[in-house]
Amino acid sequence: MVTYFSEIYHGLISLFVGMGITFKEFFKPTVTVSYPYETLTMCDRYRGHIELIEDEEGKPNCVVCGLCERACPSNCISLAGEKPEGEKKKVLTKYILDFTTCSLCGSCVESCNFNALTFSKEYNLASTRKEDFIFDLLKRLEDRNK
Amino acid sequence: MNSPIELQPDETFILNVGPQHPATHGVLRVKMEMSGEYIVQAETVIGYIHRMHEKMGEIKTYPQFLMNLSRMDYLGALGYSHGHVLLIEKASAIEVPERAEYIRAITVEMNRIASHLFWFGAFVMDLGGFSPLMYALQDREHILDILERVTGSRLTYCYYRFGGLYNDVDDEFVSATRRFIPRMRKSLKKYHKLVTGNIIFRKRLEGIAPLSQEMCRKYGASSAVARGSGINFDVRKNEPYSVYPEFDFDVPVFHECDSLARYNVRMEEMEQSLRIIEQGLDKLPDGPIMPVKKPKLIKPPAGDYYQAVETARGSFGIRLVSDGGKSPYRLKLRSPTYSNMHLFDEACRGMLITDALAFMGSLDLVIPEIDR
Amino acid sequence: MSLTLLNVIVAVVIAIGFAALNAAYLVWAERRGAARIQRRPGPNINGPFGLLQPPLDGIKLMAKQLTIPGGADKVLFVAAPVLAMFPAIMSFVTIPFSETIVAKNMNVGVLMIFAFASMGGMSLVFAGWSSRNKYAMMSSVRAVSQAVAYEIPMLITTITVVMIAGSMDLMEIVRQQSGSILNWNILPIFGTSHNILMPMSFLIFFTCTLAETNRAPFDLGEAESELVAGFHTEYGSMGFGLFFMGEYANIVIGSCLTTILFLGGWNAPLPFLSFIPGVFWFLLKLYMLIATFIWIRWTFPRTTIYGLLNLSWKILIPLSLFNLLFTAGLMKVF
Repeated sequence: MVTYFSEIYHGLISLFVGMGITFKEFFKPTVTVSYPYETLTMCDRYRGHIELIEDEEGKPNCVVCGLCERACPSNCISLAGEKPEGEKKKVLTKYILDFTTCSLCGSCVESCNFNALTFSKEYNLASTRKEDFIFDLLKRLEDRNK
Repeated sequence: MNSPIELQPDETFILNVGPQHPATHGVLRVKMEMSGEYIVQAETVIGYIHRMHEKMGEIKTYPQFLMNLSRMDYLGALGYSHGHVLLIEKASAIEVPERAEYIRAITVEMNRIASHLFWFGAFVMDLGGFSPLMYALQDREHILDILERVTGSRLTYCYYRFGGLYNDVDDEFVSATRRFIPRMRKSLKKYHKLVTGNIIFRKRLEGIAPLSQEMCRKYGASSAVARGSGINFDVRKNEPYSVYPEFDFDVPVFHECDSLARYNVRMEEMEQSLRIIEQGLDKLPDGPIMPVKKPKLIKPPAGDYYQAVETARGSFGIRLVSDGGKSPYRLKLRSPTYSNMHLFDEACRGMLITDALAFMGSLDLVIPEIDR
Repeated sequence: MSLTLLNVIVAVVIAIGFAALNAAYLVWAERRGAARIQRRPGPNINGPFGLLQPPLDGIKLMAKQLTIPGGADKVLFVAAPVLAMFPAIMSFVTIPFSETIVAKNMNVGVLMIFAFASMGGMSLVFAGWSSRNKYAMMSSVRAVSQAVAYEIPMLITTITVVMIAGSMDLMEIVRQQSGSILNWNILPIFGTSHNILMPMSFLIFFTCTLAETNRAPFDLGEAESELVAGFHTEYGSMGFGLFFMGEYANIVIGSCLTTILFLGGWNAPLPFLSFIPGVFWFLLKLYMLIATFIWIRWTFPRTTIYGLLNLSWKILIPLSLFNLLFTAGLMKVF
C-alpha cells in the first residue's frame, strides 16, 4: 500500500523535474546556423579535396615523382609530366583527381616530399552530374592565378 | 502482462521489419513471426551493406588500409583505427613515442563519448522522446569541433599512422578539451534528471529483455550487453594495451541484466571516459609524435598476430596473418556488434514488439560494422 | 425572431471559425515551441515568424492525391476523418467564453460535450477497419481501448465538480467560482469545495485529456504501432489533414473544459483586476494549458500500451472514485 502511493508520488516528482529542464532549455539561445543565410568558416586543417601549391612564379611545385599516385588507396590520382629540352626537372602537364572515389585519407599530402599538395577548404560541392567531380587540378591552379 | 508468455504455435503471421528502418540502426532486416502482438520467433538478416573490407585488406598495402577502419563503425571510428595501428606496430616492432600514445588515448575516449551520446539520443528517440536527441547531438558537436580542429575530419578520421599520429595537437586542443569536461559533466547531470529519473522511461526499461550471464557468454557479447549482466570484462583492464595501465578508472558493472542496466552502464562509461581524458591531459608529455627510426615500407615478418581493443561497442579484435609481403595474407576483423546482435533472435521470443524494439535500441547496433 | 436566428447563425459561424483557426495555427505554435525547446529556430522562412506556414502546408496537402486503397470500404473511409473533426467543432457551440459570449448556452452543457467526445471514438474504429490494413486495424483497436479507459476517470472527476457546483450548466459552474482565485475549483480548502484533494482531481482530468486526444506521452495510436503510422496509415492529403486538425480541435475543447471546470473560466484571479474583460482571462488560461500540452509532448517518451492501461485502471480510477466519495461526504457534513 505504501509502495503504491510512494511510487505515484516519486513518479510525479520526476515528471515535474523533467518538465523543469525543458522549461529552462526553452529560454536558451539557438545553437543552429541558418545555412545558407549564415555560413561558417572552416578550420585550418579542414580536409576538402586536394589542391596544388604553386611557387612564386605561379608554377606548381610538383616534380611528377608519382608518389601520391602510388600512395592513394583508391586510385584517384592520375598525373603526367614531360621533361622539356635542357631542363633538369619534369614539368607537370596533367593532374586529374577523381573525387568520386576519394576518401580524404591524406596519404597523398603526407607522401609528397616537395610540398606540392594541400587540402582545400571546399565543402560546398553539389552537382547533378558525376563528371563535375573529376577535378583537373592544373586547370584550377591556372584559374586561381588569373 | 509485460513478461514473456506461453504461445500457441498456430495462427501466426510474418512481419517484415525491413531493411529501411525508421529508427537509426542502419540496414537491418528482422523477419518476425508474430502471434497478435507477441513475437514467436525472430530472425535477423544481415548483409545489406557488405562492402568487402576484409577482401580489401588482402589487396591493399598496409598504409592504404588505414582509411577502411573508420568506415566500419563510423560513430566510434578512432577506436578501430587504434586497434589496427597497434596490431601493425606489434607485428613490425615499431616503437611509438609517449606523446603519441597519450594523444591516441585521449582522442579515443573523446570518440567513445561522442558515440555514446549518439546512441543515447537515438535510443530515447526510439522510445518517443525527441528532445534529448537534440541535446545529445549538440554536446556531440562540441567534441566533433575539437577533433576537427586537430584532424580535419568530423566522422571518418584517418588520423593515426603506424608509429604515431598524422599531425600534432596544439595548446588550443588542450584548453578546449579542458573547457569541455565540466560542460559535459553538467550535461550528464541534465540527462540523468531528464531521462534516467523519469518514471515513464523507467517503466519502459525495467525488467525488459533480461539476458542471463550464460546467454551472454554463449554469444560472446561484450561491452554494455555483458557488463549489464554482471560480467566484469573490459579489454582495457583485463588485457591492457597502450597507456591504459597508467590511468585510474573504474569499469561500471550492473547485475540486473535488463535494458535499464545496459543503459546505466553506458552512461557510467561516459563519466569514466571523462576521468581518463582529465588524467591524460594532466600527464601529457612533450616530445615527438612519430618515431625517429620509421621503416620506409611496412612489411611485418611472417606470422600470426592478434590485437583486441575496447571500442564503444565492445571488444574489437583484429587478426593479421602475414607472409612477409607488402599486403597481408589475411586480415580478419572481429566485429563486436555481430556477436551482440544475435542475442536478439533468442531473447525476444514471447516479447511484445514495442519491448523488442526498445531492447534492440539498448543493444546499440551499428549495422555497417556487422556487415563490414 | 429573425434577429435571434441571425445571432445564432453568426455565433455558430464564429465558433466554428475559432475552432478552425486554432486548429491551423496550433500547428505553427507547436512547431515553434518544440523548436525552442530543442534550441533551434523552427519555421521562420515563410512569412514573418513563419506565420504563413500553415496555409502553405494546407495548400500542399490539398494538392496531393487522395488515394483510397482498393477493397477498402469507401463510405467509412471517407467518413472517418470528417467524424474526427465534426464533434470537436460542434462542441464549441456551448462553450462560454465570458458572461455574454456564448453561442448557445444549454443547461446540460457538460453532458453534451461528453456525448460529442464519445462520438470521436467512432472515427478511430472507422479509420482502422475501413483501411483493409492489418496494422491499421491493430492500432485502431489499441486506440479505442485507450479512449474508453480514459473516459471513465474523466467523467468521474467531472461528476465531482458538477456535484460541487450543483448544476450541469457550464455558465453556472463558472459563476460558482467567481470572486477571486481562492474560489477556483483547483484550490484545496479555500475553494468552494473545501476539499483538499482537488489538485489531484485537476491532475487526473488533465492526464485524461492528454490520453483522450492521443497526445504524447500517450500517442501510441499515431507514432509507434509496429513502426507504421497507426490507424491513419492509409490516409493521404486532406484525409490526413482533417485527422490532424481534428486532433488540435480536440485539444482546444479539452483545454476549454479544464479551464471552465477547474480554473474558473472567465474569472479574474484577483477582484480588482476584473476591469479586464473576462474573455481575455479565458483565452489566457486556455492558451497556457495548450502550451503545457505542447511542453509535455516534447519532454517525455511514450508509454507502452499496458503501462497506459494500468495507469488508468489501477491508479486513476481508484483515486478519482475516492475523491468523489470524499467530496460527497464533505458536502454532506459541511
